[in-house]
Amino acid sequence: MDTFGWATLTPEILLLVMACVIALVDLRVTGTRRTLTYTLTLLTLAATALIAGWQAVQGGTAYGFSNMVVNDPMGNWLKCFASVAMMATLVYSRSYAGERDMMRGGELFILGMFSLLGMFVMIGGNNFLVIYLGLELLTLSSYALVALRRDDTTATEAAMKYFVLGAMASGFLLYGLSMLYGATGSLDLGQVLKAISSGQIRHQVLVFGVVFIVAGIAFKLGVAPFHMWVPDVYQGAPTAITLIIGGATKFAAFAMAMRLLVEGLLPLAIDWQQMLAVLAVASLLVGNLAAIAQSNLKRMLAYSTISQMGFVLLGMMSGVVRGDAASAYNAYSSAMFYIVSYVLTTLAAFGVILLLSRKGFESDEISDLAGLNQRSPLYAAVMAVCMFSMAGVPPMVGFYAKLAVLQALVTSGLPLYVGLAAFAVVMSLIGAFYYIRVVKVMYFDAPVDATPVVAGADARLVLALNGALVLVLGLLPGGLMALCAQAIVKTLGT
Amino acid sequence: MGWLSLAIWTPIAFGAVLLALGKQGQEGLVRWLALAGSLLSLLVTVPLYQGFRLGTAAMQFVERHTWVERFNIHYHVGLDGLSFWFVPLTAFITVIVVIAAWEVITERVNQYMGAFLILSGLMIGVFSALDGILFYVFFEATLIPMYLIIGIWGGPNKIYAAFKFFLYTLLGSLLTLVALIYLYTQSGGSFDIATWHRLPLSSTAQTLIFFAFFAAFAVKVPMWPVHTWLPDVHVEAPTGGSAVLAAIMLKLGAYGFLRFSLPIAPDASHRWAWLMIALSLVAVVYVGLVAMVQKDMKKLVAYSSVAHMGFVTLGFFVFSDLGMAGGIVQMIAHGFVSGAMFLSIGVLYDRMHSRDIAAYGGVVNVMPRFAAFALLFAMANCGLPGTAGFVGEWMVILAAVKANFWIGLLAATALIFGAAYTLWMFKRVYLGPVANEHVRELTDINGREFLIMALLAIAVLYMGIYPKPFTDVMDASVAELLRHVAVSKLP
Repeated sequence: MDTFGWATLTPEILLLVMACVIALVDLRVTGTRRTLTYTLTLLTLAATALIAGWQAVQGGTAYGFSNMVVNDPMGNWLKCFASVAMMATLVYSRSYAGERDMMRGGELFILGMFSLLGMFVMIGGNNFLVIYLGLELLTLSSYALVALRRDDTTATEAAMKYFVLGAMASGFLLYGLSMLYGATGSLDLGQVLKAISSGQIRHQVLVFGVVFIVAGIAFKLGVAPFHMWVPDVYQGAPTAITLIIGGATKFAAFAMAMRLLVEGLLPLAIDWQQMLAVLAVASLLVGNLAAIAQSNLKRMLAYSTISQMGFVLLGMMSGVVRGDAASAYNAYSSAMFYIVSYVLTTLAAFGVILLLSRKGFESDEISDLAGLNQRSPLYAAVMAVCMFSMAGVPPMVGFYAKLAVLQALVTSGLPLYVGLAAFAVVMSLIGAFYYIRVVKVMYFDAPVDATPVVAGADARLVLALNGALVLVLGLLPGGLMALCAQAIVKTLGT
Repeated sequence: MGWLSLAIWTPIAFGAVLLALGKQGQEGLVRWLALAGSLLSLLVTVPLYQGFRLGTAAMQFVERHTWVERFNIHYHVGLDGLSFWFVPLTAFITVIVVIAAWEVITERVNQYMGAFLILSGLMIGVFSALDGILFYVFFEATLIPMYLIIGIWGGPNKIYAAFKFFLYTLLGSLLTLVALIYLYTQSGGSFDIATWHRLPLSSTAQTLIFFAFFAAFAVKVPMWPVHTWLPDVHVEAPTGGSAVLAAIMLKLGAYGFLRFSLPIAPDASHRWAWLMIALSLVAVVYVGLVAMVQKDMKKLVAYSSVAHMGFVTLGFFVFSDLGMAGGIVQMIAHGFVSGAMFLSIGVLYDRMHSRDIAAYGGVVNVMPRFAAFALLFAMANCGLPGTAGFVGEWMVILAAVKANFWIGLLAATALIFGAAYTLWMFKRVYLGPVANEHVRELTDINGREFLIMALLAIAVLYMGIYPKPFTDVMDASVAELLRHVAVSKLP
């Protein structure tokens, strides 16, 4: 019956159809609250999250459309998490966007859904071109989202910068993919893997392609030295859009890295792991050192993201040791756990910024948080939990993320990797400085702004849940760790 | 849930409830609830004392549940003779701190009390943890409430002190984390501390692990030359923070040596014992001299803490049961005495808002009852026989003399320096004629302050006159630890 494998694409199809329907429905909606559009979008995202989650629980791997797309536990969980992250983002953003003239139409929701669709396609792609298509859908939607405030010069500048650099990175990626296509004669990840494993292809050509692919991925993950766009876009974009770029999108970037590097190019791990090591060291250095000097909270979080992504790369590069992939599951699942806990924490941190901002006030300077503990103990507590989590202080989830990655590095037994673990640890000490500085501003400084903090009940509830989850997953991280481990084992084991 | 878990989680649960009670006008409720919580937490340690079996070095009240399956991390707690006394001590000091803050803290009372109760549970967790990661989680988590306590309720330079405290201690413990992960891989995937005790390790590995642990524990103790954070932090911390810091938190580091460094890396411990002894002696002699010239009362007591903790590490690294037991007794005694010293300074500071020794003089004339207590605690701080301070120091000095006469001689000078700086401070602050108008207006301690002073005085005297309950508990465990450390673990 299902010769194409439509079932493998259920969430994508639902998302596409609903995005079109909502775009039409939105024409009849007036006002800046957009209640109907908002509700429909959230319901759609909840449905896709449930479908993806249900498919993930089933645990099977299925290919569709002549191996163009794959439906496996890792991908399904990432889709589920990305949907939930997008839901949280929209809940936090609603009043922010309404106050900033971003809701005259339903673009925020519709472009958000299309960018999510792009993420889904990237996550589920099993073919160079499908992954690239997903990436383009995601980034084109993101460019438009960043420029959504057409009268805002900084946002427009950020959009231009994002577009130019993003197009260049896509070019890098495409160039690398075409090199590999030329060398292996296939766009299908499985075929490419087979062709490379056969050992018949000249190594130099492959490595040449890998360099460009890694550069493209590095740009999308935002790791040094391909990080130039991150601080400017994070700071310049409206905070709601920053959260889309810094939150759910990271799942897709991680999936792309896993698909291309691990599922397609695992025999070249020796080569790309070295590149990842250099990128990771550079990111940890640049991210942590530059974050110290920031006074803008969004910009600081941008640099902190760069350093956090360095940690993800550290996890990914410890998969293959001396040509032996025995610790691959361990390494990749720790990287996945890291990215999940990172996005969870980022959502809550940006959620606080979004809920604190109001008409004509962005609340994106670190000093804007002064005395937050007196103004709203809940928001201050959520932000403090996030900062301690990012600094890797137990009992927050970020500690286990760091533990998992460091453990993967040390388990490899290579002196270089143990050295890298020590380096990462020293860098997190530097990181701790600027994270606890935010806590200091919130708890030790006197408030300069006495405006009462108001936010919708839905946003407050989601924020409280989000903050609680950062703490609860830190106290009981076993479930999420097991989930990541099983997803990776089932995905790579087949 | 066993009694030990109750001892850990009761204060944390009360603390969490307190944090939720943030409204204006609830301060009265908050105070009583905090007192009830701390008393209940102290009460649940009583069955631990009654149920503790003497004469065995085995872990007691053990609870073990899987916590994180993927990394084989367990919620594994238990007590032996080395750790037992710190559980009631922590709960006791928390009760004192809650009472001491009663009228003094007026701003954000719920957060203050909540932070101290949570801190208390976390510290009990450190002393009971038998799993490396569980230990590390509790050990690190204590930084968060302490950071907030110093930063919110501290003195004028509180932010500098809070950052120095946080980053200094984090630096040390992060290196320890790498060592823990290394041990995890070497032991074939176990975070169980007892398994690590039996794990054979090469000489190089032991040395690296020893110094990785040293980074965390020496900073926490603090040993010379990484002690510089302590005076800065003590000066700025609120009274309760100083008391908990000196009485309990410093012991986390010393306890770490007993639980990790010595048994996991015994060969390295023996090899580097000379260094540890040397650093301890520098702490005892040099820091003792530094204490003498301080103008600030809190700074003086802080330096005296460093000197007293030097005795603890000295006792551990002469490798005799007298020395080791003496070190542990000194830890407990210093918990009572330093807590009492800081609370006494707090009593004066609440009235005069000055810690300068020069701002005082002749306090005994206006506060006779208080001065009597202060004299007792000062005597205990210099190690007068009959007070808690004497027992541990005496045991350590005896052990040191047995090991090497010159070490013993240097250690014994501490008795002179200790008496010098403590009594000289006592003379300048309390004795003589009334120094100025502010001192003349001082009022003697009220019932609440009398209560905390009396409780601490009873503890100090009881431990000084009859230390047997304390030493009995630790004898078997100390002997077992020494037996273990004497055997080489080289493969």
